[in-house]
Amino acid sequence: MAERMITGRVIVAGEAVGEALVTHDALSFWGGYDFHTGEIIDKHHPLAGVRAGGRILAVPFSKGSSTTTAVLLESVRAGTAPAAILTTGADAFFALASIVADVMYGKSFPVIALEPADFAALQTGEQLRIERSGVIHRN
Amino acid sequence: MLHLTDRDRDRAMLDGAHGPAPQLAMSILVRMADVYGASELMDISQAHIDSTIYLGDATLEFAERLASLGAKVAVPTSLNVSGVDECGWKAWAVQPEWAAKAARQMLAYERMGAVPTWTCAPYQTHMRPVFGQQIAWGESNAISFANSVIGARTERYPDLLDICCAITGRVPAVGLHLTRNRGGQLLLRLVDVPLALQQDDQFFAVLGHLVGKLSDENIPVIDGIVVSPAEDQLKAFAAAAASSGRVALFHMVGITPEAPTLEAAFHTDARGAARLKSCATTAIEITVADLRAARRELTTADGRELDMVILGSPHFSLAEFSLLAPLVAGQHTHPRVKFLITSSRLMKERAHETGVLKPIVSFGAQITLDTCILASPMLPPEIKTLMTNSAKYAYYAPSLLNTRVTFGSLADCVRSAIEGRVVRDESLWQSA
Repeated sequence: MAERMITGRVIVAGEAVGEALVTHDALSFWGGYDFHTGEIIDKHHPLAGVRAGGRILAVPFSKGSSTTTAVLLESVRAGTAPAAILTTGADAFFALASIVADVMYGKSFPVIALEPADFAALQTGEQLRIERSGVIHRN
Repeated sequence: MLHLTDRDRDRAMLDGAHGPAPQLAMSILVRMADVYGASELMDISQAHIDSTIYLGDATLEFAERLASLGAKVAVPTSLNVSGVDECGWKAWAVQPEWAAKAARQMLAYERMGAVPTWTCAPYQTHMRPVFGQQIAWGESNAISFANSVIGARTERYPDLLDICCAITGRVPAVGLHLTRNRGGQLLLRLVDVPLALQQDDQFFAVLGHLVGKLSDENIPVIDGIVVSPAEDQLKAFAAAAASSGRVALFHMVGITPEAPTLEAAFHTDARGAARLKSCATTAIEITVADLRAARRELTTADGRELDMVILGSPHFSLAEFSLLAPLVAGQHTHPRVKFLITSSRLMKERAHETGVLKPIVSFGAQITLDTCILASPMLPPEIKTLMTNSAKYAYYAPSLLNTRVTFGSLADCVRSAIEGRVVRDESLWQSA
C-alpha cells in the first residue's frame, strides 16, 4: 500500500516516530496521567489504563486542571512523555509543556494541530513519522 | 507573528536588560504568544500562581531555577495550594522527603515576592480582582470563577506560564482578555427543572459537572435558572465545570455580570446577535433526567461503607464553615469515620474569630491548610471510601487516590459521618 501523508500545523516543531494512540475525548494530565509510568489513569476516560508514554498521542484538546503542563514536564524529565501530541486546535497547555521542557532539559516533543478530517482518520496502532515541517507519514 | 518593536520594555526584557529571570520568563512568553497567535502583548495588574503544586523534581527545579535567578513578580500575586500542609503534615501519611521538597517549592515562590495565600479560592481573599480587571490566573476553578462570577479577564493559564506572566507583568493579548472573545458560544436551557431541585445544595455542583461535559471548547450560556445562587454555589459550579470539561468562562442569564440578559450573554453587536440566532437553533436542553444522570456519575462507590468525609474543594470558605457549624453542633463523628476539611489559613482564622470553628472541631473535624488531598499524598492507604459535597473531589479522587467516592449534600455528609455509613436523602433526586 502506498504511504499516506498528512500535513498538520506546527505548534511546537520536532521529529518523532511511534505508534499512534488515538482518542476523541479531551484529557487532563493532572488526575489523568501517571508520569511515573506513562499510563493514562483518568477513570472517566476511555483510555484509562493504557500506556501513552513513548507513543504518539492524538487527543483533540486538553481539559481540566492547569497542572496538566506540570505533569507533562515531569513526564519529559522522567522519560515517560508521549513521543508527540497531535490535536485538533492549537492547544496552549501541550505547547507550553514542550517549550518549558526544552528550556529546562533541552528535550521537547512535537505538538501538531490537525484538520478535523485528518484527525478523525487516524487509527490507534498505526505507525507515524513526524517531520519538523509538520508532515506526518502514515505507514 | 508577535511584534515587540512597539514596546521597548518587552524587547529589553527579552534581551536581558532586566536581568536573567525576566529574560527567561519573557522568552517563554514570546514563544507562547506565537502559539496563541498573538500579535502583541498586554499588561496585567494581578496574577495567581498554580505552579506552586509540587509534583516532583521538575516542578521544584523550575521554581528554584527562577528563584535562583532572582525572579520577582511584577504585579500583586497570590499563590495556589502547595504540595503540603506546612505546619500540619506530620498528622498524616506524608513522607518527610516529600514534605521537605514541597516546602522548598513553597519557599521559592515566596522568595519571588508573591503573597503566601496558599489557596485555590484566591477570589475569597483580599486578593480578589474586580470586574474588568486584566489578570493572569492559573488553577482551573479560579480561572472560571474570576472570569464568570467576577467578570475579571484571564485566559486559561497553565502551570509554568502563570509565573512567567507574573514576572513580566505581560500576557499575550488574546482570548478571554478581549471583549470580542467573551460572548457565549453554546446555549444550554434548563427545561422543567423544578424550583425545589434548583434550591438543593447539590444542584449547582451537579449542573456544573454536566455543563463541563457538554461544552467542549465553547463558552456556555445557561438559561432557565430561577434561584439566586450563593457565591459558594457558583464556586462549586465553576470547579465542577472546569474539572469535567475545560470551561474557563460561563454565563448564567440573570446571574453572572456579563449576562444580565440572554442577548447580552451573546453580545448585542451584529456578530453576537448572529451567534445567538445560530445557537438558539442548536440549544441543548437540560432536563431533570440529565441532572440525575450527572449526579449518579459523581458517585463511584457502591456500598454504604465510609472511611472519610472530605469537604473543601475549592477551599472551604467562611460562609461554608458558618453553614456547617449548626449542622454539627453538639454531635460527634462516628469513631470509625474521619471528617476532613481543606481550607486556607485565612479562612480558618476567620472561622475561629467568628466562633464557628469551635463546634466543628468539637464534632471531630480535622482541618488541613495550604493544600488538599489531591495535591498532597496525605491519606493513609486504609482510606478507601470517601464522601463529599464537592464535584471536583468526586471527579478527581477516584483516579488520583484510587478511592471510591459518594457524592451528597452537606447535610448528607454530616449525617453519614455521625452514623458511620453512607446515608443520603434521595427524596429530591430519585426517579419519579
